[in-house]
Parts: sequence; C-alpha cells; structure tokens
Amino acid sequence: MITGYLRSDGRKGIRNNIVVSYLVECAHHVAREIVHPFRDRGVHLIGFSGCYPNAYSHKMMERLCTHPNIGAALLVSLGCEGFNKGGLLDTVRKSGRHARLVVIQDTGGTRKSIAEGQAWIEQTLKQLEQTPRVDMGVNELIVGTKCGGSDATSGLTANPAMGRAFDFLVERNARCIFEETGELIGMENWMAERAGTPELGREIINTVAKAARYYATMGHASFAPGNADGGLTTIEEKSLGAYAKSGQSRITGIVKPGDVPIAGGLYLMDMIPDGEVRFGFPNINDNAELAEMIACGAHLVMFSTGRGSVVGSAVAPIIKVCANPKTFKRMSDDMDVDAGRILEGRATLDEVGREIYDLVIAIANGQMTKSEALGHQEFVLTYKSFEPLGPACFPSAA
Amino acid sequence: MGLLQKTDGSGTLLLAPGDNVAIATRELPAGTQRDIAGCSITIKSAVDVGHKFAVRNIAAGERIVKYSAPIGRATRGIEPGEYVHTHNMTSDYLPTFTLEDGRKFIEETK
Repeated sequence: MITGYLRSDGRKGIRNNIVVSYLVECAHHVAREIVHPFRDRGVHLIGFSGCYPNAYSHKMMERLCTHPNIGAALLVSLGCEGFNKGGLLDTVRKSGRHARLVVIQDTGGTRKSIAEGQAWIEQTLKQLEQTPRVDMGVNELIVGTKCGGSDATSGLTANPAMGRAFDFLVERNARCIFEETGELIGMENWMAERAGTPELGREIINTVAKAARYYATMGHASFAPGNADGGLTTIEEKSLGAYAKSGQSRITGIVKPGDVPIAGGLYLMDMIPDGEVRFGFPNINDNAELAEMIACGAHLVMFSTGRGSVVGSAVAPIIKVCANPKTFKRMSDDMDVDAGRILEGRATLDEVGREIYDLVIAIANGQMTKSEALGHQEFVLTYKSFEPLGPACFPSAA
Repeated sequence: MGLLQKTDGSGTLLLAPGDNVAIATRELPAGTQRDIAGCSITIKSAVDVGHKFAVRNIAAGERIVKYSAPIGRATRGIEPGEYVHTHNMTSDYLPTFTLEDGRKFIEETK
C-alpha cells in the first residue's frame, strides 16, 4: 500500500510539490530566482518560452499545474505575452489547488516580483503541510516508461526488464504508458495484434505510419548498415529494443500528450504532431517526452539508459534503469537499478523486473530517486499541434 | 510466466519462453555446448556479443521470434545452434505508409 497526498479534485499524488511556471521566456529569470532558495523543498520550475499562444502548450501547462504531485502553482507572466494566463489561473483554482499569478509589468519589475513570489511560496509551503495523507492502491498509479542515451545493451536488459515491471503493474490494474512511436517502426503490425480491439489495432498502425512519415520528412534514417554489425538483422528487430519496454500485456488504448488514461491498462502515447510537419522536430530531447508523459498524469517514469543519461524531471520522479554494467560502475551515483547484471549472468530479467516494480512502490511511498536527490528537475516544452483522439483509442467497455 | 534464463554466466540470453532464437551475451566460439530451454545446443559457428542463434529447428519461411515478437522470417531451414543473421533471415516488414500510398493509388486509379 502507498501513502499518497489527496488533492481537492480527488486525485492522489506521490509528492507534495509546488510548481513555479513562467509563461514566456521573458519571465524565466524571475521565476528561476523565485524558486532558487526553495529548490530543495519541492519547489520546481517549469515554463513555456514562446510568446505566441498554442493550444498544445496551454493544455500541457494546465495538466502539469494540476498534476496530482502538485499542490500549488505560481504563474509568472511578463504581462504582454500571448499565453492565456487568466485561463490557466482559473483552471488551477478550479482544481482546488493554491494558485497565484504574478505579472512582472504590473508588480513593478524584477525585484518586486521575486519578493512577492517568494513570500507566496513561503506561506504556501506551510499550507501544503496540511495536505491530507491517504491510502493509494497500485491501481491508482500512472507510470510511464522511456529510454534515452541507449546503446546495444538497452534492448537486452533494461528495456525488457522494465517491460516485466510494466506487466506486474498492468496485472494490478495500474495505468501504464509507453511511447516513441518513431522507434516502433516495423513493430506496428505486431502491436496491432496485441490491441484490445481491431479498431484500436488500426489506430496503432496509423499512429506509427504518421511517425514514419514525419521522421522521413525530417530526414531521420531508420535502419543503418551499422545496426547489422551489432547483430540487429531487420528493422523489426531494431525496433524490438524500444518496444520491449511495453512488456507483454494487451494494449488498452492510445493517449496523446496531456490525455490522462481513464482506466487501468497499457497505453501507447502518440507524441507525433498531427497535420503537416511544422514547428520542427517532434521532440527535441528526452525531457520533452518526459514532460508529455507526466502531463498524461504519470506519477513517475522508469527511464532506461545504456550510455548513461543523468536527467530527472520537474513534477515527477524519474527512476534510472542502467542497461550497461560498465556504465553502471562508472555512473552508479546516478543510477537506481543495475539491469546490466542480466548480461553478466548475475540476475534474470524476472528478478530485475521485480526489483524495478518494488522500487516503483518505494518511490511512490516517498523514497527519493537518485536524480531527485541530486536535484535534477529538467523541463522543456515546445510548440506542437494535435487533433483529438478517435473513439477507438479509448479502452473498450468489454 | 517465468523466463527460462540462466544466471550461471553461460553467456546466453533467451528473452522469452517460446522464442526460437537466443542472444550471446559474450562471444560463443563454435562447438560451445549450452542447455537452453531444455534443449542441448551446440553452437555451429562463432556468435558475437549481441548476435543471435537458433535454439530449435526453424523451417524456411517460418517467423523468427525474439521477446515473443516476430522480427522477420527464415529464408532457408535453420538448425539449432546455427548463427541467425542476414544470410538466413529477412525482414517481413513492408512500411505501413508505403502500403497506404499503394492502396490510395489503387483507389484513385480505379
């Protein structure tokens, strides 16, 4: 059993954090200065740099400011940017969370805005101490999975081990999200066979086809001759490495960034924008994808790495699963799980999968991840555009 | 469901029960003998780290299955212990978007 934090909207979080959110790059410095003295006290910095409004980034900010791990949000606006600050403030207030908007131009500049923001944080931290604690079942958890800084070991150890942990979580009716449709090219027909309904299978195939087109337009290669030297024979086998994170459960539905899965099961996150290619790369780095999974309500994300990524995230803890035993020895301060033991014959996939599952529960219960303890709170949000999900993407009544 | 993986340092990894290929986690020279999923396997030619070998007879045209998922098809019969790579298997994948373009082309030119 997990002891969580109960929010006024009924959602349950595993952390009791505050977000300070800048609504344009021009307010970034003020927001960062507000956070600085509180950075070890669960006060996290997020924001959107663009001056022009965008429905996707607005939705992302709404979901992140009302995330179950978040008890309060301070919005920092320059004043003249295009972001719908009133709308965001309203959404956060309606969720029952503490909310405040500081407009730098109205407050009287940098110094006064920092002082006003810090005074509000000080007072809100005290109020958050009153947040009710509540029992939370594994079936109330939302967990994401992602890989970054991958190498040849990722698909052999950490990814399938995280897949086993996903199987354990799905068995207990947790909501689990995997993604990276661009790295699943070649697996779509097999994933469609794993779908709960034929209609969902069709949507999965369309989603991967969209990713393939998008990446082709952006000039991404799919299968390079070098892959064959490493033992990968086909595009299917290359994609299998990333795919293994999904485990073996039936696929229940599809979500897009910011869509919270409505029932237990396994979901594919479609992070490739809809429509013609615009705004550049779909996701400019690993943290862009982590932010999207967290906006889908993920309380925490399991992150596999072979070469050794060090990132964490604002809002939600990131569990690092290290695929390569040599990397683990070099960077153990940053790694939560040593999945490379599978290669060395010191543990089975099942054992490491179980260890990851147990760690997910411990982290949900308040234990800090390595990246959390080190203060990693990376965050990035860019422009995108999406169309709403089709009906086949939701879990079927059956 | 238990994975039938050894932790004895045998240098082999079967990702899921039912797979017809296993992976070498260290270089396995020709003649290496290993018990995998209840079968005694003799490696026929050296298998490098990260590369794969058959753990049972695979007929020409049969799916190659790794981590329970199909990764292509055998282009000829493959025996247990045989190295599996581009010389005896091929991709089954036809890009989905190409398929759709093809269908659309056929629809439009009806």
